[in-house]
Amino acid sequence: MIRPKRLGMTIAHRAAILVYVAFALFPLYWLVKVSVTPNDLLYSEGVKMWPSRATLDHFAFVLEHSDFPLFFRNSMIVSVSTAFIVTILSSIGGYALSRFTFRGKFWIVGLMLLTQMFPLVMLIAPIFKMLSPLGLTNSLSGLILVYVAFNVPFATFLMQSFFDGIPKDLEEAAMIDGATRFMAFRQIILPLTLPGMAATLGFVFTAAWSELLFALMLISGVDASTFPVGLLSFVSKFSVDFGQMMAAGVLALIPACIFFLLIQRYLVQGLTAGAVKG
Amino acid sequence: MASIDITDVRKAYGSTKILHGVDLTIKDGEFVVLVGPSGCGKSTLLRMIAGLEDISSGEIRIGGRIVNDLDPKDRDIAMVFQSYALYPHMTVADNMSYSLRLRKTAKEKIASAISGAAAKLSLTPLMERRPKALSGGQRQRVAMGRAIVRSPKAFLFDEPLSNLDARLREHMRGEIKKLHQDLGATSIYVTHDQIEAMTLADRIVAMNAGLVQQVGSPLDLYDRPANLFVAGFMGSPAMNMFEGTYRAANGGTVELAQGVVVPLAGPAPTADGTKLTLGIRPEHVLVGKTGLEGIQALIDLVEPTGFGTILHASAFGADVKAFSLERGVAVRGDTVSVSFPVERIHLFDTATGSRIG
Amino acid sequence: MTEAVSAQYGRDRRPFLRRLAIASEPYLYSAPALILIVTVMLVPLAIGISYAFRDMTLLDPFSGGFIGLDHFRAIAKDKTFWLALKNTVYWTGYSVALQFAFGLILALLLDKPFYGRGLAQALCFLPWAVPSFLSGLNWAWMFNPVVGPIPHWLYGIGLMSAPDNILSDPDLAMWGPIIANVWWGIPFFAITLLAALQSIPRDLYEAAAIDGATPFQRFRSITLPFLAPTIAITVMLRTIWIANFADLIVVMTNGGPADKTQIVASYIFTQAFRRLDFGYASAIAMVLLLLLMVYSLLIVFLRQTLLKER
Ligand SMILES: Nc1ncnc2c1ncn2[C@@H]1O[C@H](COP(=O)(O)OP(=O)(O)OP(=O)(O)O)[C@@H](O)[C@H]1O
Ligand SMILES: [Mg+2]
Repeated sequence: MIRPKRLGMTIAHRAAILVYVAFALFPLYWLVKVSVTPNDLLYSEGVKMWPSRATLDHFAFVLEHSDFPLFFRNSMIVSVSTAFIVTILSSIGGYALSRFTFRGKFWIVGLMLLTQMFPLVMLIAPIFKMLSPLGLTNSLSGLILVYVAFNVPFATFLMQSFFDGIPKDLEEAAMIDGATRFMAFRQIILPLTLPGMAATLGFVFTAAWSELLFALMLISGVDASTFPVGLLSFVSKFSVDFGQMMAAGVLALIPACIFFLLIQRYLVQGLTAGAVKG
Repeated sequence: MASIDITDVRKAYGSTKILHGVDLTIKDGEFVVLVGPSGCGKSTLLRMIAGLEDISSGEIRIGGRIVNDLDPKDRDIAMVFQSYALYPHMTVADNMSYSLRLRKTAKEKIASAISGAAAKLSLTPLMERRPKALSGGQRQRVAMGRAIVRSPKAFLFDEPLSNLDARLREHMRGEIKKLHQDLGATSIYVTHDQIEAMTLADRIVAMNAGLVQQVGSPLDLYDRPANLFVAGFMGSPAMNMFEGTYRAANGGTVELAQGVVVPLAGPAPTADGTKLTLGIRPEHVLVGKTGLEGIQALIDLVEPTGFGTILHASAFGADVKAFSLERGVAVRGDTVSVSFPVERIHLFDTATGSRIG
Repeated sequence: MTEAVSAQYGRDRRPFLRRLAIASEPYLYSAPALILIVTVMLVPLAIGISYAFRDMTLLDPFSGGFIGLDHFRAIAKDKTFWLALKNTVYWTGYSVALQFAFGLILALLLDKPFYGRGLAQALCFLPWAVPSFLSGLNWAWMFNPVVGPIPHWLYGIGLMSAPDNILSDPDLAMWGPIIANVWWGIPFFAITLLAALQSIPRDLYEAAAIDGATPFQRFRSITLPFLAPTIAITVMLRTIWIANFADLIVVMTNGGPADKTQIVASYIFTQAFRRLDFGYASAIAMVLLLLLMVYSLLIVFLRQTLLKER
């Protein structure tokens, strides 16, 4: 009796998943489609699901004749460094917020919340003025510094919620077993938060990888341009060569996707350890 | 092994006082059980001994050495948590050997220590499992194993059995007792469970509201409770308590409500007219047919426990509980006579709560 | 009171250095993050706020003087600002509501174990890995009837009378960035909600099922209450974030047509980088900051009262 109803539910469930996967992937498919369409077919076959002729010319051009590999390298350096630095800083900061009660904690949390509330655009001119005498405006280090600061508050809250999810008993047991607080942190707490740290790493990496505004404002030379800035340069340099731009976009998506696929397993697992508690 | 001396220990969180001066000496090899209602500060005291909480004032010595300023790791004690606090990412063997590895004990020594402990607790087939893959009872045994591998100066237990079902709890209670007899280690054990307290303890420490109420052997506390709190806390079903007035005439009697007079074994060391509370344990209340000497009572409720019968009767406007090993003593609606044997009566000063005589 | 306690309860007798070390531990741990936040965010924020009271136009050597509240008076009379404020509510409201609704559905779908769940999950979360402006460009492309399929589909199913670009239709233009935003932001909600869902003890559902609760009743009486804290905090943070999120709009419509898609954040961007008027941009940003603070205080307050009533 229950069977047909169950079966119906299962089919509906799978169908819903398929619909969503299609919705999620279609724009990415379109990106790929445009990137392999030869220029002469770009408009004439613009709405076709697949061009009558596919070509990898755009990719070849981007890889061989543009500064894209350089942008790509810069973006990698900036995003990976930002992700690692933020993860480390937010781990120790989140640990302090989770495990200690101390004077001023309320204000620290308040300040960190405040940083989440205003348009960052407002900071561009002041930051530019502060960084340029230090020689940090046209450099990757300056960009990393800014990205780290922007991402640390949210990451710290996230890490705090992971630490909150780990019972205090475990640390105390370790300390009674003969560990110092630091050893308890390193040997007991850290291994248990690895998924959470992977999640944080992922959040921050994707954020840094796609940041455009500050990269655009703080960097003026090609040497230190990140990939989003480089992508915009296609617009002016080649009078909007969409094929090449999309090809560059597809290439840039590859590492982000690989990274994301690697960590997405931890994202859910990591968040489960503490969930985002209120 | 070592003795533990606690001298005038106080604890306050900000302006909230939790412990108001605890004095306690635990002899080498002794098994002491801390009992008391929820929130009275048992865990706090235990955690102060372990070094997990700061000591606001007073002194704690382990083996004669003041440990107030020592970190938990330097106190050489072991603790079994209510939640067990097993390290989820380590196998049973690693959980048990962690403390020895931290102390850089030689590999062979570690191996022999954990295999010994595993054998004692029948954990040998589980050594390579993670805590997640263990049952509650097995986890509990691992927590015990983790404590015993390194032969610490003292064991601290904070309600270690409260997450187990009744049968397993009974079994583990026996195991802990045996373990203590084997190792002879100084132990402090916090529990809510009367039977655990009575069966395990060399001495029981009854606490209430941050103060030690009485320290003594289990039977001491049961037979001669020092005050109303201990009298009411120890024993199940709980002791009957009736308020009355002391009359020195006729060799000493207590006048209860509705003019009921209960004779005492002899004059009590208190003034005539003192308000006092008469206590008698349900198993000591005698229940008989009416007409016999005693107080008229009406049976309200009969609770057979299998082991015996609990009778609830109303007399002189109070509820009198009686426990009898026999069955079919009375049924609901019966009128019976109850009497209180003089040698079983406890007297407490109602105003101060402390024991008289 | 406190003094009496410390007198009776004695002083800490540990050596001074040790006490110092213990007391400073949490500060040491949070210091690096804090110093960065203060120097790279709060100090610039303070400077930025000061711009709001100054005549700050980049490339104009005569600017920089204090002008008091002039910018704020100008804002009060600025029609575009008020339109942008209205649009911000529209943009934020629809984006958050749709992201949340679809995120919740997706999380519920993925919460059930099935063959290939890992892969489905990975694919569903993929949009998040796409840089926001790239997804903006791509969606703009897809909305374009010459090179994108969407207008033709909408025309095909009768939703549009002709396959036109909705981004150039003043009444519909806002839906372009909203759809792109929803596509891009669903994973964030799905991930957080899925994580919260998976931390609900299974036996609660079993108990409810035995009690005779229908799936919908179980959802209402178990799932929702358990998710409530996560929902509250993520919706609040996301709302603030989206209200400040101008990338998609700048890339897809640049505020047009006729400012119909201009939100406050994109208006600030335009003021700062098209007109280089940082003073005015900062003043608008301050207004937005104040509004968002009021909003979050309201939410926090509501949450507290709701929690108390429980
Ligand atoms: N960090 C703290 N701050 C303030 N008060 C606390 C703190 N920790 C414990 N308390 C209070 O101290 C009192 C004693 O707590 P404790 O945990 O010692 O009780 P307990 O006797 O172990 O109770 P239980 O039997 O329920 O475990 C309680 O009233 C508790 O609320
Ligand atoms: Mg306790």
